[in-house]
Amino acid sequence: MNGLLNVSSNPHTRSKVTTSSLMFTVVVALLPAAGFGIYHFGLNALLLMAICVASSVLFELFFELITRRKITVGDFSAVVTGLLLALNLPPSAPWWIAVVGSFFAIVVVKMLFGGLGQNFMNPALGARCFLVISFAAIMTDFSVDGVSEATPLALLKQGGSVDLISMVKGTIPGTIGETSVIALLIGACILVIFGVIDLLVPFVYIATFLICMGLFGGHGFDPYFLAAHFAGGGLVLGAFFMATDYVTRPVTKSGQFVYGLILGVLTAVLRVFGPSAEGVSFAIIISNLLVPLIDKACAPRFFGKGGARIE
Amino acid sequence: MMTMLSYEKVGLQFMAKLTFGGGIHPFDGKDLSKSIPIKEIEPKSDLVYPLSQHIGAPAKPVVSVGDRVLAGQRIAEAEGFVSAHIYSSVSGTVKSIEERRVVTGNKVMSVIIENDGLHEYVPAWPVKPLSDMTSEEIIDRIREAGIVGMGGAGFPTHVKVSVKDPSKIDYVIVNGAECEPYLTSDYRKMVEEPESLISGLKVYLKLFPYSLGIIAIEDNKPDCIKIFKALTKEEPRITVKALKTKYPQGSERQLIYAVTGRELNSKLLPADVGCVVNNVDTVNAVANAIYNGRPLLRRIVTVTGNCIKYPRNFSVPIGTLYSDLVDEAGGFKKEPVKIISGGPMMGFCMFGLDVPVTKTASALLCLSEDDVSKVEPTACINCGRCTAVCPSRLIPGNLSDHAAHFNEEAFLEEHGLECVECGCCSYVCPAKKLLTQNIKSMRKILLAKKKR
Repeated sequence: MNGLLNVSSNPHTRSKVTTSSLMFTVVVALLPAAGFGIYHFGLNALLLMAICVASSVLFELFFELITRRKITVGDFSAVVTGLLLALNLPPSAPWWIAVVGSFFAIVVVKMLFGGLGQNFMNPALGARCFLVISFAAIMTDFSVDGVSEATPLALLKQGGSVDLISMVKGTIPGTIGETSVIALLIGACILVIFGVIDLLVPFVYIATFLICMGLFGGHGFDPYFLAAHFAGGGLVLGAFFMATDYVTRPVTKSGQFVYGLILGVLTAVLRVFGPSAEGVSFAIIISNLLVPLIDKACAPRFFGKGGARIE
Repeated sequence: MMTMLSYEKVGLQFMAKLTFGGGIHPFDGKDLSKSIPIKEIEPKSDLVYPLSQHIGAPAKPVVSVGDRVLAGQRIAEAEGFVSAHIYSSVSGTVKSIEERRVVTGNKVMSVIIENDGLHEYVPAWPVKPLSDMTSEEIIDRIREAGIVGMGGAGFPTHVKVSVKDPSKIDYVIVNGAECEPYLTSDYRKMVEEPESLISGLKVYLKLFPYSLGIIAIEDNKPDCIKIFKALTKEEPRITVKALKTKYPQGSERQLIYAVTGRELNSKLLPADVGCVVNNVDTVNAVANAIYNGRPLLRRIVTVTGNCIKYPRNFSVPIGTLYSDLVDEAGGFKKEPVKIISGGPMMGFCMFGLDVPVTKTASALLCLSEDDVSKVEPTACINCGRCTAVCPSRLIPGNLSDHAAHFNEEAFLEEHGLECVECGCCSYVCPAKKLLTQNIKSMRKILLAKKKR
C-alpha cells in the first residue's frame, strides 16, 4: 500500500442508474412510435424528427457555449425533448416549424430557466402549445400528401363515427407520434420494465379522464365512445411519456396521485368544452404549472410522526 | 403469565410488518466471507485504546506509563454515568498515553500498551446463577464490563438498560438484521454460538420481567433463522422474526417498526415505545460478563473486500491495529483505493491502517474501486428516487438543497433532523448528487448548535 487512499462521506457505493442512462431508455422507448410515424406518414416525418433532434441538441450546445456553462448535451435530455417535439408535430409541417419549436423548447422553456431540472413545464409540450397558438393553420393541418382528413376526435366531436381498429393500429390522421396506441404501449412497457417510470400517474390520469368523459362527455359510459377517446388524440403519448416527465411532475406519491386527477379532469374538460377536439397538451402544461403547489400540499408524513411515548 | 406471553407471541404475528417503507437492495458482497469460521487472533504490534470509544464522557486513565498490566485489567475508568470502562485485552506494559488517530479521522487521547505476548489474565469475576442475581447486580456487572452498543453507536449498555420503569418494556429486540453490505460478523457469531446469544437475551428478559425477547434476522440468512427457531421452540418468552432483506432494515427505528409496528422519531428513545434494541455482539458481551465474569475484551470484525486475499471474520482483541488484521487475512491481493471501517453504506473512510479496532468497529472493507470518485454530480432531474427510498419518508433532494444554501429554517421545516444518514438517497440518485453528505453536514451543525 503506497498511494494515498480515497476518502469521502458515506455511502461509498452507487447504483448504476445515471441521468443519461434514464434519458437513453426514454429515447429507445420512443422508437416504436417514431418508427410507426415514419412508416405511416413517410419521409417528411423522418426529416422532421432529424431536424428536431439535431436542432434541440445544437441549441443546447450553443446556449451552453455562449453562456460558458458546463456542456451537458451528452445526457440525452435534449435528444428526448427533440424527439418528443417531433412526435407532436403534424406530419406535413414545414422544416422551419421544427427549428422554431426546438428553439422555444430548449432555449426559452429549458435553458433560460436554468437548464435540466429547472424547467417549469415540459419543454416539448411548451413548444407544441407555442406553435399551436402561433401557427394554428400549420399545426392543425393533418393532411398527408395533400389529402386533407379530419382526426378521429374531430370527427367524433362533429358527431361522426370512427374506426376503432385503425385507431389502435394508428393508421389515422394525427401528429407523427400519437396515432399508434400499440407502438406507444410497447414503449411504455420498456419504460416500466427498465424502471424509468411507474404507472401511478398514467393510470390515475387515464382512469380519471375516462370517468370524467363518462360523466359529462355527452355519451354516458358508452364503451365505444370511451375507447375512441382513449385511443384518439395524444392521450396515450401524453400519459406515458409526458405526464411522467420527472422534472415537471410532483415528487411524492400522494402529489402524483393528485396530479393525475387534475390531468384527467382538465383533459376531459378541454376535449368536451374546449374549442378544439384535443386537450392533452394544454392539460399537461397547465398541470405542470400547478406542480409546486401540489408538492407543497402533498409533503410526505415523515416516519415516526405518529410515534408517541407509550405510558 | 405463561399463557399471556404465548398469546403475545401469536399476537405479534399480526402487528409485525417484517419490513419498512423505502430502502434499497445494494450489492451485498457477503459471499466473500460468510462461509468461513471466525478465527481468534492475537495482536503482534502495540495495542491502542482510545479513551473515547462510546457515546458520553471519555474514560479517565487509571494506569501510568511504565505500569505492567494484565489482560482483563481496567486501564481507564468511566467518567460519570454515561461513559464506559476500558480494559486491556493483552498483558504488557503501558508504553505511553498520547493522542492517536481513530477511524473517524479525529485524534483521541489513547492508552498504548506494549504486548508481552504472555496473555496473562486477571482472574475472572465471581459469577452467580442468573436466577440469584438482582437487577442492580446485573446492571452493575454490565457497567463493570464496559459494554457499549457494538453495532456502531457505542451507547453504554448499562445506561440503555437502566430504564425508569422496567415493567414498561414490552420487547427486547436482538438486532441480527445485519443489513449493511459485506458484513458477516453477526451472521457468523449467530451460526457458531447461538446458545450464547440466547443466554445473553435471557439476561435482558430477567431485567424486563414483562418483555418478550425477539431475535430479528433478515431472511437472507435462512440457516440462522432455522437454528434459532429450533433452539427457542420451548422458550415461551423468545421468538424469532424473519425480516425481509432490505437495507437499512437494521436501523433501529426501521427494525422496531418492522417487528412491533411502533414508530419512533428523533425525539424518542426505543424505551419510550417499550423497546430495548441490542446488537448481536453486545448481547454476547453481556452473556460473557454475566456467565463468565469477563469484561469486554474482544469483538468480531469482518475483514473483506476485493483487495483482501482471504476475506473472513476475526475475533479481535480491542486495541488491535487494522494493519494486523490485514496481515492476518493474507494481505492485499490488489492495491486498495478505498479502505472503509464498517460497511459501504455507513462506514468511515480511513486515511491509513494505523488505527485501532474499537468497541464499535464492525468491519474493515478494502476496495480496489471507488464508486464515488468515478462519477460527477450533475443537476437534479426531480426523478423522486431519493424520496421513494428514504426510510424516514423525507425529500432528500430538497433537504440537500436547503443544506447547500444553509437554509436552516427550511431544513428544519422539512424535518431534516429525522434523517438517519443511511445513505439510500445518495446510492440511488441518478444525478449522483452528494445528498447524504450535504444533509449530514447540516445535521451535524444543527445538532451541535442545539447542544450548546
